[in-house]
Amino acid sequence: MFVDIWQKRRIPLAWLLLSRQPVRLAIALAGISFAGILMFMQLGFRDGLFDASVTIHRLFDADLVLASPRSMSSISMAGFPERRLIQTLADPEVSDVSPVHWNFVLWRNPETRTTRSILALGFEPSDPLLIDPMVQRQASYLQQKGRVLFDERSRSEFGPVADWFRKGKTVDSEVAGVSLRVAGLVQLGPSFGADGNMIVSRETFRSIIPGSSKGSIELGLIRLSDGADPILVSGRLKKQLPNDVTIFTKKQFIEFEKNYWRSSTAIGFIFSLGAAMGFVVGCVIVYQILYGDVSDHLPEYATLMAMGYKLKDLLLVVAREGLLLALIGYLPAYAAGECLYALIRSSTKLPVAMEFDRALLVFSMILVMCLGSALLAMRKLADADPAEIF
Amino acid sequence: MDLQNTAPLINADGLCHSYGKGAMSRLVLENIQLRLNPGEVVLLTGPSGCGKTTLLTLIGALRSVQQGNLEVLGVSLKGANREQCRGVRSNIGMIFQGHNLLRCLTAEQNVQMGADLLSGTSYGARRAMAREWLRAVGLGDQLNKLPHDLSGGQKQRVAIARALAAKPKLLLADEPTAALDGRTGREVVELLQSLAKDQGCGVLMVTHDPRILDIADRLIQMEDGQLQEVNLSAPSG
Repeated sequence: MFVDIWQKRRIPLAWLLLSRQPVRLAIALAGISFAGILMFMQLGFRDGLFDASVTIHRLFDADLVLASPRSMSSISMAGFPERRLIQTLADPEVSDVSPVHWNFVLWRNPETRTTRSILALGFEPSDPLLIDPMVQRQASYLQQKGRVLFDERSRSEFGPVADWFRKGKTVDSEVAGVSLRVAGLVQLGPSFGADGNMIVSRETFRSIIPGSSKGSIELGLIRLSDGADPILVSGRLKKQLPNDVTIFTKKQFIEFEKNYWRSSTAIGFIFSLGAAMGFVVGCVIVYQILYGDVSDHLPEYATLMAMGYKLKDLLLVVAREGLLLALIGYLPAYAAGECLYALIRSSTKLPVAMEFDRALLVFSMILVMCLGSALLAMRKLADADPAEIF
Repeated sequence: MDLQNTAPLINADGLCHSYGKGAMSRLVLENIQLRLNPGEVVLLTGPSGCGKTTLLTLIGALRSVQQGNLEVLGVSLKGANREQCRGVRSNIGMIFQGHNLLRCLTAEQNVQMGADLLSGTSYGARRAMAREWLRAVGLGDQLNKLPHDLSGGQKQRVAIARALAAKPKLLLADEPTAALDGRTGREVVELLQSLAKDQGCGVLMVTHDPRILDIADRLIQMEDGQLQEVNLSAPSG
């Protein structure tokens, strides 16, 4: 079967048309790659920003999460009575809970003494908080009042904290007049809302936010016994608890946060629009190239028709040109995308990586772009009249 | 096969053709009678604009027949559909004023574009065929040259090889020597004639070139859309 097809093959006209016109090919590939890079960049930023907004959410050691119904997102967390969290322990499938404080405080840069808003997480050092070995290992340091674990991926505006700490220097800062000392470093990462993160004990948290009432927390992490179904338990708890708390599964909680950024900001729209622009620009370039190619070779196509080639054969030549352009143009776009993501990671600390889904999406966009343009360029083939070439 | 050996390749009877519509209509072919038998080389001459090329495009199934009968390779072209026309075309080799080679293909690949029309032969066989035809037209050492690097005569010879590579039963040539100097033109036409004779392939050639008239079996003069047979005083062997 395969041998048969191999034996039936003809001169690879599409490839020869492209490869024997290197300048035109280079322009086409540059255009496609440019479009691909633009799409990779915009979609990467979009997904990266959404992913970054839930870095900590993902790490929470919880099956269910309690929050206040007034909390709209990580930048506007409201408190709810800690009692509600304790109440959930009555459910036979709830194994244990950890109350968590969550708020923004002004961190003083230890070098320049300027302040900047940082996200502070407060928890009982003896409770599980994040599924992160670095946090778990260093949690005990927070037993001492005034100690913090500092997120070394925080933006550099917070000062050379990680640098100093690694060099063995004592790093002291202050928040709301309370002096703090860095007891360890963790790796979380900044997000939309928070340029940096730090983790403290509840005791320390209360001292740096004096206004916080004692029985009020912002998040309640609930862990279930093995084999329990989070959706089932959350439904049960929802019925039992009064409506001054909302209950999420961890997945819903992550989606809730992402959804906020998706719907209440223009970020998703802006970056999707950016990607769409790349797509359109790519379409225009590929169409121009293929249309030019067909127009230039019109007498040759007409000759082929006079020789007995079918119109279908010629349409397929143009389609193959589109396909080849898509395949060859995607490779540099992919490579450039990888480099670009590395650059974004190192300069913005956003968690952007070449994900298979996105790689596939961009490839399909490029494919649609090239084949669509080929389809439009084919209309020009109708002008190839073999009667005119004599 | 027997039928094809005896039946005429071209049989035109009362063929008329006009351009334009209504009052603007202009008759270019008028009551054409033409027969061309297998192996025959027929030259068609006449002043430019007299309808020679129109006749050629009609025979080549590139233009639809308006009035009269035209049978080419046993197919009646009047009212023939696209697939029938294409079938006829694939059995006709065409050689144009310009060489009309594909610029981005080498000489060998250009000839193979002709051979590729043959179904049921392997890629390797078609490739070998292309090389053989190029050797037959004396370009065995120019296989990998692009048309750009070939001289006018060489290009026209590649075009002949391409036309013959599809194993046509009929060759239509429209002033194949127009772009060539006298000596080269003569060589090309002689080559064309001898190769066509070897293949038992009929040739209908439109030409203005008085130096090549002697290769014809028959000479037809066209004037004002009508054909007239010319007596050859010195027919060539």
